Amino acid sequence: MNYFPDEVLEHIFDFVGSHKDRNSVSQVCKLWYRIESYSRQKVFVGNCYAIGPERVAERFSGLKSITLKGKPHFADFNLVPPDWGGFVYPWIEAFARSRVGLEELRLKRMVVSDESLELLSRSFPNFKSLVLVSCEGFTTDGLAAVAAYCRQLKELDLQENDVEDHRGHWLSCFPESSTSLVSLNFACLKGDINLPALERLVARSPNLKSLRLSRAVPLDVLQRILIRAPQLLDLGVGSYLHDPDSENYNKLVTAIQKCKSVRSLSGFLDVAPHCLSAFHIICPNLTSLNLSYAPGIYDNELIKLLRHCHKLQRLWILDCIGDKGLEVVASTCKDLEELRVFPSDPYVGQAAVTEEGLVAISRGCQKLNSILYFCQQMTNAALITVAKNCPNFVRFRLCILDPTKPDAVTQQPLDEGFGAIVQACKDLKRLSLSGLLTDQVFLYIGMYAEQLEMLSIAFAGDSDKGMQYVLKGCKKLRKLEIRDSPFGNAALLMDVAKYETMRSLWMSSCEVTLGGCKALAKRMPGLNVEIINENDQMEFVGGCDDDRQKVEKMYLYRTLAGQRRDAPEFVWTL
Amino acid sequence: MMEECSKGSGAACSPKLLDLIPKEMEWAVAKGESGDVERSSVEIRKLELRLGLPGDDEWSLKNTNTAKNINRERDHHDSLFSLGYFNHGHHHNHHHHFHHHQPSHKAGSHEISPQVGPVAGSSSSSVWFNQQQQQQLAPPSSFLQFPTTTKAATDKQQSSCLLLPTVAKESSQPCCTKVGAIDLQQSPAEKKAFSPPAAPPTPANTAVANSSQKRTAPGPVVGWPPIRSFRKNLASSSSSSKQQQTTDSQNGNPNKKAATSDKPVEACKKGMFVKINMDGVPIGRKVDLTAYDSYPRLSTAVDELFRGLLAAQRDSSAGGNMNKQQQEEEEKAITGLLDGSGEYTLVYEDNEGDRMLVGDVPWHMFVSTVKRLRVLKSSEVSALSRE
Repeated sequence: MNYFPDEVLEHIFDFVGSHKDRNSVSQVCKLWYRIESYSRQKVFVGNCYAIGPERVAERFSGLKSITLKGKPHFADFNLVPPDWGGFVYPWIEAFARSRVGLEELRLKRMVVSDESLELLSRSFPNFKSLVLVSCEGFTTDGLAAVAAYCRQLKELDLQENDVEDHRGHWLSCFPESSTSLVSLNFACLKGDINLPALERLVARSPNLKSLRLSRAVPLDVLQRILIRAPQLLDLGVGSYLHDPDSENYNKLVTAIQKCKSVRSLSGFLDVAPHCLSAFHIICPNLTSLNLSYAPGIYDNELIKLLRHCHKLQRLWILDCIGDKGLEVVASTCKDLEELRVFPSDPYVGQAAVTEEGLVAISRGCQKLNSILYFCQQMTNAALITVAKNCPNFVRFRLCILDPTKPDAVTQQPLDEGFGAIVQACKDLKRLSLSGLLTDQVFLYIGMYAEQLEMLSIAFAGDSDKGMQYVLKGCKKLRKLEIRDSPFGNAALLMDVAKYETMRSLWMSSCEVTLGGCKALAKRMPGLNVEIINENDQMEFVGGCDDDRQKVEKMYLYRTLAGQRRDAPEFVWTL
Repeated sequence: MMEECSKGSGAACSPKLLDLIPKEMEWAVAKGESGDVERSSVEIRKLELRLGLPGDDEWSLKNTNTAKNINRERDHHDSLFSLGYFNHGHHHNHHHHFHHHQPSHKAGSHEISPQVGPVAGSSSSSVWFNQQQQQQLAPPSSFLQFPTTTKAATDKQQSSCLLLPTVAKESSQPCCTKVGAIDLQQSPAEKKAFSPPAAPPTPANTAVANSSQKRTAPGPVVGWPPIRSFRKNLASSSSSSKQQQTTDSQNGNPNKKAATSDKPVEACKKGMFVKINMDGVPIGRKVDLTAYDSYPRLSTAVDELFRGLLAAQRDSSAGGNMNKQQQEEEEKAITGLLDGSGEYTLVYEDNEGDRMLVGDVPWHMFVSTVKRLRVLKSSEVSALSRE
């Protein structure tokens, strides 16, 4: 390969898409490293503190797209205090300084300020795509800056962010000359929307393929939008409240009939359930359906709708669907690959789905490879059946609402059930456990889950051995997050070098002590070991502290950037 | 899909799985007795679970072991054998042996359930677990059928065994909902209250027959269930309901309870109860918004709810010395709640956390966004700034 000119190598590398593969390519030799580095256009940084933005810009001079992730996953569930970190501003600022030709920015769980959005919009003339998932810290003013100054904006995708709504007219900040929009998702915004501006924007965006509206967009506007944009592939309905006898509704029915291209449907943030029949006509075309934001739709309506969805590959739904509804899904949606069933009543109550629904799905949907299932109860028998029926799981996340509930029939731990899952599903990459679990399940995981990359543990295990089995056995483990489990220093310190092969480890309410964490930090300077000490739970008086005190929250990650300088007071990096 | 037993060792039958086992483990399948080893190896072949054809679901399961008594090394063995059923692609339709093992021995012992003939009617799996406790299985002799008997057994079980969930349920409600209502701005003090303490053994442990070190979830649990905050509030901010389907759908009549700091009413239940507190009255009330269809009716209801309480409050602060007649005089109507003309004004907190005057928006819209109500002194209201 050394005899090929660089351009040829570069051309060959163009065909290498995934980050993992490109990373491997760059390790072959210095030449390949160099060529791969300047030709890589999409960069993925799974932990924004693992490396500094200057180094990234320096290495990847051709960088056009970057994906950054900030807070640990458990931040989604309020386990990470606000102000922990994950600020995107330094990245935008560094890229602006280095004159990176940034075109796409994708962020997850990061703190995005209005200043950073403004800087972004002014610094990169070719900027085309902004995707923010589970971010916070910005307001509609920041969005206004993006709308106004990103002349070539194609994609503005806001997914489940916490946006402070200043009720400004950010939508009207899109210049009249802007016709490049392909994707617009503002479903997570809570405030009012300038509806005429929205309609005009849709009217002048012939390439618009994906549009997800917030609940501020009422039915009549939806109907007019659909008339203007029948080419939509992905539609998120905002508010769906109306009178079925009204003229608006009839117009809507007509408009929907024209939307033959819609493949993905979501939203229904406010909904009067018995008018979903208007959408039945497009259901046979749907490959993706997300009704998980719509608690107002009940099982009958849901089932009527789902019976038309023969081509569905992805379904996100609330547990109102019930086991019966899941049976309908199983018999109708033979192509289903991903299913998420969320709780409508999140507390230990009357979750409407049990292990039976899961088993029904596993029987009917042979292609299922990804599941997130919140349920009232589970049994080993059910899990074993599911494992047998669906050996293709790549992601398997089960959440029993009562976190230490045993097998509902036998009262045994659910070790065997999960053991069956990991043994049967050879390609399993992500696993979340719940229910009553002993060290046994970790033994199984360590033995069988060879491809496992991410494991979430809560209220499980009996002793350090549990965690040790996992650390010893799961060679490809990248992210491990544990809460409320009896794993202590012996497990933590068993194989410290392993943490450099992983992205991160989170342990909260476990048995690790300050002394253990200190020992770890000392032996592994390439890791940041952060102790999150809210409420002054711990005393850390340089030398005089008690190493035996337990650490409430510890987050460690490998990094090339050293200790981070933006850590708040309550975060100690050891 | 199901590989043959060996995981990388290349051998053909389950014992060879031991290549993976750390050296210190003995392939001592028996209950510790050498005499049993042979029996066990024979058993293994017979006891292994066969995968059935689709529609012919048949399962046997090993004796599940409780954590407490497990010898860790043997445990490793057990797991290999217990999952041995995945390693065989045989189809098997006949009866298996059924063995009882003494509960105290976990080492390598297996049990499978007898498959007593074809499962009547359905193609559901039949599974049977042999318990240590030999306990309350619905059809004690053989198997549990999905879905019916499982459910039946479940119902039966749930009432008798599980103290843990009940405990968790009772105490989890108020605090968990509070957690739900707390966004990232929660106060340290509140958070502290919800941090799970170190796990004490709970009564449920006895039902679960497991290690007393088991970490159990004590009542309110921060961050559980693992869903994003906005999903916790979803049910309460919905604006439609099953019960109201026949009513005017133009308004998408809501009847869901809106307050998030209480146990939320499930999506499928009647009634929309919101908390209502009144200045000067330490005890709050709850009012079912579905019982009213307009602001004046709500106002009357609030008046009725609090009139007595307010008077009692005045009474107690006056030293409780009033006689009956005075009390009746004190108990005057609470009026002018909606127009600012009375001593008190009705305000509410909406789904965005803002405090709003009651009465501005159409009733149905109010009901769909209200989270909780407050009766403030009118003098205080003027101090509130509105957006």
